[in-house]
Amino acid sequence: MKTLQERARQRSVGENLIIQTSVRMMIPFIQLFGLYVIVHGHYSPVGGFQGGVLLGSSIVLMALAYDLKTTTDYFSERANIITSNAGALIFTGVGLLCAFLGGLFLDYAVLDRLIPLGPAEWRSMGIFLVEVGVGLAVMSIMASLFWDLGSGGSMDEGL
Amino acid sequence: MKALALLATVVTGSILLYGTQDFPAWGDPTSPASTHLSEYYIENAVEETHAPNLVTAVLGDYRSYDTMFEMIVIYCAGMAVMGVLRRSKE
Repeated sequence: MKTLQERARQRSVGENLIIQTSVRMMIPFIQLFGLYVIVHGHYSPVGGFQGGVLLGSSIVLMALAYDLKTTTDYFSERANIITSNAGALIFTGVGLLCAFLGGLFLDYAVLDRLIPLGPAEWRSMGIFLVEVGVGLAVMSIMASLFWDLGSGGSMDEGL
Repeated sequence: MKALALLATVVTGSILLYGTQDFPAWGDPTSPASTHLSEYYIENAVEETHAPNLVTAVLGDYRSYDTMFEMIVIYCAGMAVMGVLRRSKE
């Protein structure tokens, strides 16, 4: 009885085996669905924003079921800042690359001069590249917004 | 002061509501928005971009400036919250 009480005292607030196990099983599927939503942007009304939010929500769910430290073990602050900047830079970088290759800003058709696939095919590829950038940026911004607002910026204990 | 603010709100709101009467009807095929660009997108977007979904073609290609700055807005919001609140050691 005493060991049970001690074990209960050592657990952090809100820790629950059922919730943690089910969240551990759900997170891979949520992330897979997020990737599907990003990649499937050409065929249905989805895209980088929605997929990025899904990926970010898996991190939020992990933070709710475990704690904030666990999420920063999987997705560190440094990696978060790198991916958010990389996402923004992929989008603007594709646009600037088009401008440097002699077209207009974000005119993906001129990327045909780098790898000849045909202008229409490159416009399709350009949309995809841009969606990946949006997805990366939105995912990490959602996670960092939750971290900062949930813990008041101290990043040690959250909800 | 409160009455003045309420008056200003009511006057502005009624001017805006009055302005909506000049809008074309909802889904009107002869409205200017439906006669120039929509036609072009519907006829040419799939051929030009190889994206079967017109919404993606418009958002990602024809109007990618808009999408870019939407993302920049989210990015700026995240960076601002991070700059104001975060005080971790890492």
